[in-house]
Amino acid sequence: MKKLAFLFAILIAFSALFTGCDDSETLYVLNWGDYIDEELIGEFEEETGISVKYITMANNEEMLVKLQANDCRFDLCFPSDYIIEKLIEDDLLAEINKDNIPNMKNIDERFLDLSFDPENKYSVPYMWGTVGILYNTTMVKEPVTSWDILWDEKYADQILMYDSVRDSMGVALLKLGYSLNTRNEAEIEEAANALIEQAPLVHAYLGDSIKESMINGEGALAVVYSGDAMWCMDEEEGNPDLAFANLPTSNLWFDNIVIPKTSKNKDKAEKFIDFLCRADVAKRNTEYIGYSTPNKAALELLDDSYLEDPTYNPPAELIANYEIFSDLGEFVSVYNKHWERVKAN
Amino acid sequence: MKKRSTLAYPCVVWILIFILVPMFLIAYYAFTNEGSFTFENISSAVQNEIYQKVLLRSVVIAFEATVICLLLGYPIAYMLSNMKKSTASLLYVLFIVPMWMNFLLRTYAWQVILGSNGILNTIFEAIGIGAQDMLYTEGAVLLGTVYNFLPFMILPIYTVLIKLDKSHVEAARDLGANGFMTFFKVTLPLSMPGVISGITMVFIPAITTFAISRLLGGGKFMLFGELIENQFLSARDWSTGSALSFILLILVLISMAIMRHIDKDTSEDEKGGGKLW
Repeated sequence: MKKLAFLFAILIAFSALFTGCDDSETLYVLNWGDYIDEELIGEFEEETGISVKYITMANNEEMLVKLQANDCRFDLCFPSDYIIEKLIEDDLLAEINKDNIPNMKNIDERFLDLSFDPENKYSVPYMWGTVGILYNTTMVKEPVTSWDILWDEKYADQILMYDSVRDSMGVALLKLGYSLNTRNEAEIEEAANALIEQAPLVHAYLGDSIKESMINGEGALAVVYSGDAMWCMDEEEGNPDLAFANLPTSNLWFDNIVIPKTSKNKDKAEKFIDFLCRADVAKRNTEYIGYSTPNKAALELLDDSYLEDPTYNPPAELIANYEIFSDLGEFVSVYNKHWERVKAN
Repeated sequence: MKKRSTLAYPCVVWILIFILVPMFLIAYYAFTNEGSFTFENISSAVQNEIYQKVLLRSVVIAFEATVICLLLGYPIAYMLSNMKKSTASLLYVLFIVPMWMNFLLRTYAWQVILGSNGILNTIFEAIGIGAQDMLYTEGAVLLGTVYNFLPFMILPIYTVLIKLDKSHVEAARDLGANGFMTFFKVTLPLSMPGVISGITMVFIPAITTFAISRLLGGGKFMLFGELIENQFLSARDWSTGSALSFILLILVLISMAIMRHIDKDTSEDEKGGGKLW
């Protein structure tokens, strides 16, 4: 009996080691790497006396698993559209009290009340963008006007694709003229076959390192998010030979701020959201990250060059044709089955 | 006696939390479907042609990496064991030092070296060979695997070789065997425990790795570890993921059993051989 009690005591002592994130004075933020101007975090801490712990993730799916597991409390997360839809469906998000976020008035109405979160009950827009083709003008002499160029044998072994099911299958679906959210298996199969046909031309399927590869001139054409394109074309740190093409059809995406239900610091989390929505903060943040801000008060403060840049601010009539990802639920396994065929090839 | 068993509790708890519980979870997800027992997950995973292809590729790359590690590692260990003690310890440390650095960082470094505008290609162009396509090839994956796991081959062999009773070698030479024969008839058989241990320590991590193929293979050479990760993250299919983990676990256990069997045979035959542990 004594032994058992001892074992039990050690078990408890042990488990205490893993609940290190249960400090209610600290705000735990789960975000993508390099997706906030970290100086702003310091300023927020100084202004409010709330300390912030910033934790990064590599992709949406990883974040979803983390939130579903409920193993560690996060107070703020920055997921993309279709993941927010899934999180709402799984009842993992807390409703946001907009009275605590007066700066929400700065957000442009066209980014509110979208299909994945009607009335923005659970999320506040953070950044948005499109998917297009980043190309190196020293290697690609023709204009980039269609997804078909990614299947052009001239560019064999110079094409970079995303190592992600939705993004890469999406490109093939767009090339074939289908919906990004199709649930028709024949169309998905056709898209996967197109990717298999393309595979010999692909230099690599990468994640974030696409940016670095393009800056280093390792690829001629790459599928990238518009915000990453801004980063790659940056005058100081980027490569001046790179250019970005918005295509007639593409994916329009949003990364919003949400508060998971497990948060015990909802008030403080809302304070942080309000801080991020402040015009001057949003301006500095978008300048740092390079992703487009949905904050119209911040846009007014920004240099005109941003507004005139079609990468940063694609024309509204163009993005009207773009499609937002929706959560596929169980059907995601069909996409995955065909994506595995591409990857194992 | 009493005290010792008390001290063992943390270890027992550790094993419980980090080995037994996860194993149980894998088995649970692998053999159930919505709560009821089934072989369906395993059998459909085994029959899936794509998974077979990926598994075969993982085994082949792990096998190639092990052979290369052995061919490189044995001579290195042999040279080390015949050196002056002080030189040997210095070189030994040099082999260990890279292992102090995180293995992902070491693998990232290869991206910089092998990239099409990387260090090697800059040298190649300067001496007129011209740029080669090295990064994101199967060769790069193999190189990364060999590089990362080579120390695990060298160290056990070296440990056995320095403990080896030199009088066996001297006896062989006295009886007229030349250096070549002495090596193949005496030293090599006596060092088998180290070789076996090295093979196990290279082959098993090599077959389960996925970071190397992702970083150096550019996502074009999917290995079994990546396949499993995919099931948990993008496919959200824990049953298949667990079934695949289970299959890998069985394979690892089989290969360990084979190694153990060979090890037992050699150590029974070769009394007086160097023991690793």
